[in-house]
This record gives sequence, C-alpha cells and structure tokens, in this order.
Amino acid sequence: MDLVWDGIRKAFWLLVTGDPEVVAVTWLSLRVSGTATLVSLLVGVPMGTLLALTRFPGRSVLLAAVNTGMGMPPVVVGLFVTILLWRNGPLGILGILYSPTAMVVAQVIIAAPMVTGLTVAAMQNLDPRLRLQLLGLGASRPQLLLSLWKEARLPLLAAVMAGFGAVISEVGAVMMVGGNIKGHTRVLTTATVMETARGNFDLAIALGLILLLLAYLVNLGLTMIQQRGKVR
Amino acid sequence: MNLLEVRGLEVRFGDGPAALVVEALDVVDGETLAVIGPNGSGKSTLFAALACVRPWDAGRLTFEGRPVEPTGPAALDYRRRIATVMQQPLLLDTTALDNAAQGLRYRGIGRREARAKAQAWLDRLGIGHLASRRARHLSGGEAQRVSLARAMAIEPRLVLLDEPFAPLDAPSRAAFIADLRRVLAETGTTALLVTHDRSEALMLADRVAVLLGGRIVQIGTPAEVFEAPADERVAAFVGVETIQPGVLESVDDGLGVVRVFGPGGTVSRVEVRTDLPAGSAVHVCVRPEDVAVSPRDAGSHVHEGLTSVRNRLPGVVRAVLPLEGQFRVTIDCGFPLVATVTKRAFVELGLEEGRAVVAAFKATAAHLVPRRPGREEARPSQAGPPAGQAAPEPLPACQES
Repeated sequence: MDLVWDGIRKAFWLLVTGDPEVVAVTWLSLRVSGTATLVSLLVGVPMGTLLALTRFPGRSVLLAAVNTGMGMPPVVVGLFVTILLWRNGPLGILGILYSPTAMVVAQVIIAAPMVTGLTVAAMQNLDPRLRLQLLGLGASRPQLLLSLWKEARLPLLAAVMAGFGAVISEVGAVMMVGGNIKGHTRVLTTATVMETARGNFDLAIALGLILLLLAYLVNLGLTMIQQRGKVR
Repeated sequence: MNLLEVRGLEVRFGDGPAALVVEALDVVDGETLAVIGPNGSGKSTLFAALACVRPWDAGRLTFEGRPVEPTGPAALDYRRRIATVMQQPLLLDTTALDNAAQGLRYRGIGRREARAKAQAWLDRLGIGHLASRRARHLSGGEAQRVSLARAMAIEPRLVLLDEPFAPLDAPSRAAFIADLRRVLAETGTTALLVTHDRSEALMLADRVAVLLGGRIVQIGTPAEVFEAPADERVAAFVGVETIQPGVLESVDDGLGVVRVFGPGGTVSRVEVRTDLPAGSAVHVCVRPEDVAVSPRDAGSHVHEGLTSVRNRLPGVVRAVLPLEGQFRVTIDCGFPLVATVTKRAFVELGLEEGRAVVAAFKATAAHLVPRRPGREEARPSQAGPPAGQAAPEPLPACQES
C-alpha cells in the first residue's frame, strides 16, 4: 500500500514541478497517439462509411478483415511493422524504424480497423430510408455524407474514444517499433514498463497514474461533447 | 400541360423480371395524382424512381419538357426542383426549424434566409411555436408537419408524397390531410401521392392511377376508377366486395341481364346497366354500400310492393362481421352478396346468421367488367354450373307484383 501512496505522491510532485522528462514523455505520448487517432479517423470513417452504405464484390471479405483487425494483438502489429521498416525490409529505405513516425504507423494499424468497424456500425444504425429522404430533399453526395456523419456523430465520437483509448494505452507495438529511446521515442507506457522492470515502482506508478489521468481527460472532453448533443 | 411524363419505365431487382413497368404516366401541371395500390404492388419502387433516388433500368422521364437522367448532375438538378415527403418523417437530430430549413440549405441558401423561410412554413402549418424543439421530442403528427414544411419551403414544382399519413393516428391524420389539401390548393403545387388508402386518394386526388403487380392498370378520375373499375382486380382493390363471374345473356336498351354463377354451381340472374354486348363473359361487381337488406318472413313473397329497384334477391345471412359503426353481412342468394348495414338497422332487422332476407340493388349500382378468358380456369369453383343444375329459386331481376 505504501508503494501506491509513494507513487501517488511522486506523480503529484512530478506534475506540480513539471519534471522535464515526464513532460517530454507525456507530450510524445499525446502527440503520437493523437496523430495516430487522427489518421485513423481520416482513413477509418470514409472506409467504414463506404462499407456500410455500398455493396460491391469483396465487401464481406473486407468487413471480415476489418473485424479481425479490431481485435489484432498489438505485438503482432509491432512485429509486422518492424519487419516492414527493418533496414533490409520492404520499406527499410524510409529509415523511420525507432522513430515516432514508426510508432504512429503501428498505432494507425491498431486504431484504424477499430474506427472503421465502429463507423460501419454507426452508419448501419441509421435508418436506411434517411439516405433516400436526404437525396429526395436535394442533397448532393458530399452534402448527403456530411448530413449522415452529423447524424451519427455520437457513435462516431465513441469510435474516436475507442481508437484513442486503444493506442494511448498500447505498449507492445510502440516498444518494438519505437525502441523506448530516451528523449526520442519514450512514451508513458514504455517508460512505465521500463521503470517497473528496474524496480522503480513509485516512478512506474506515477507514470501509470499520469497515463490514466491523460486518458481520462481526453475521454472526458469527448464524452462531454457527445452527451451535450444527447441530453437536450 | 404535363409537368412529368413517364414512358416505358422499368425497374428490376437483380436478374429477375421487371418489378415495375410503367408504360405511360403523366402528371399534369397543378393536379394531384394519386397512385394507389395494395402493399407490395410496387408503389414505393415507383416513388423511389420518380424521386430519382433509385436508378431505373429502362424508360424515360421528362420533367418540364426536359429529360431526367437516373444519376449524375442532371438527376441532382431534377431532385432540386422537386420535393419528397416520405411515410416516416425521417427528421435529422436537430431542431424542427433546422429540419424545415434543410432542403434550402442543400440548395445553397444562407442559414438566416433558410431559417426565415422555414419558420414561415412552420407557422403556416400551425407548428411555428415548436421551431426550437428537438425533432425527437415532436409527436408523430408534428414531425410529419415539419416534414411537409421542409418539402414546401423549397417551393417545389412537384411534391412527391409516399404514404405520408400512414403513421398517424386518426385525428392527426384527418387534420394533416385537410392541411395538405389546403396547402396544395393555396400554392398550386403539383403533387403525386402514393398510397394504399383509397379514402386518402378520394379526399385529395384529381386523378387516380391504380398500380397492381407492378403495372398501372387504370388511370382516371376518382369517380371513374371507383365506380367503373377496369377489371375485377381493380374492383376488389377499390372496395367492391361482391365480384362474381357471369355471362351477359341479353341487352335491351342498355339494360343487360346477367347469368351469375354461384360457387356451388348455382345460377342467378341480375340486371345491370351496361355498354357491353350480349354474350360477353363478365364479372358482376356490387359495392356493399349499394345493397339494401330487408327481412323475409317464412311464406311471404319475395317481390312485394312496387319498386324501381331492378334486383331483389332472396337469400340467407351466412356471415356477419362487425365493423366500425356498421356490420358487414354476407348473404347467400345463389352467390355470396356482401352488404353493409348500420348498427341500428342490423339490430332492428335481426340480421343474425341464418336469417332469411331480401337483398336489393339497382341496375345502375352494379358494374360489369369484362372477364378475361383463361382467368376462370384458375378458379373452377366459379365456373359455370354443371348442366341441368340451377339456383334453388329462379330469380327474375325485378317483378312488380
């Protein structure tokens, strides 16, 4: 129990004093996971919409792949991205292994299927006749899509939360493709793992608590936006 | 002038035969045309094609003299000159006002102007005070009014309505029909109403098109369609309950005598006003509200008293079905004849099952439709009687005693 209290005290101290290393690690966590979530949205929302609203050959195969991707173990993602970006790998020429960019790539692969799958569910949950009604009102295709996304904004925000939650808390893939390099690719999860391994439980708990707080604050913001549209 | 012309329109689902074929359908500028048909007759498919939200497979649509393409910019241009009101209001999750303004916003009208026009329409439909209410907190009738305001706010040349009264309860429905009729009359907007409800067509339409099995089988004024259905299928749909096969035996000065074949092989005779020639195979159609029922006591003669009613048929009540405020009585008078009587008459006449009665209807109340060859083979019970068998009591159409 003392360990936990020490951890809480330390976390508080680190936050209050603005420890440069903790700030850097936290900022990188936010930056990498925020970017990965954003890219996942840009990829996942249109793809999920396409899968939900259209019928084409191979659609079922793609849907099954997306659903599988939603439960993909991060270490497997880490392994494949490492092989891809390895010096002699197919994309080794990019030279981005052990960089924040590689971490973003891995996290996008983890979050994008999640955002896509939840977008499919959100869009399929809309009354299919709504599309016909909006077209009948004179909506162009882009106007139709914007209206439908706006209408499905609550479940789409849930998709954002799920995507962000999955990548901010993920450790296996970022460890493998980022390498946990101090000042370069160290994020909250990899730092927590490292400090635990070193026996620095108070610091590990402090980092863990900061991670929890961060995830909570981001989700709190998104939840407030989501519920604002729901309560009235 | 025809605002919308449909020629040879075909819609298919998959590789099967065309689910909808419309050889020709015109919507005249300023009229309200009702397309009526039972569920599954292709009404919604026709609606989706005419609203250009579902591409068609063959045929031509012309709107204001210009061809309409099923997809692409021309389709969008057409969709922006018409408006649709569907069975469910399908409002967006925002305020009533923003919903009513949605069509205008799609047309590039600024928010302020769109809201002002939408508010005017909400006021006109009596729901201006609900402008700031979220759509999901509106009642069914209010939501459907918002849907109508949304359609009318764009000042369409043509408004397409797909069973807009179906989800409403009776009082809301009556009020909404009255409002719609008023709005269409005031604005002179052309309307095409798709419905399975005959009464809605009667209340709103200048002309009626009957859609059965994906084909338009009759177009005419409500009087033409409801009083002179083109065939027995239309007759059945427009509320004719007695439809019996027969042969037009003779015609004298427009008054025909029809041998009517009953289900048990019996033969009865009725007199009907007709233009068809003697010898025609026909269906005799009689509306239940045109049949009068009077009691027949044992031993009394059927044909008592002078009357101009050409058909007085003795029979026995076989089935009674209570309806709203009245009773539907099926009388076996050689063939099943359906009559509707008021609750009061039902009680006074004691029309329980087994009661002997006389059913009467005028020659002008019955309507003959030609019976297509081959159709009867599918219904052997309604074919002609076996040789030598006749109705228990031969019934001259009318006798003055």
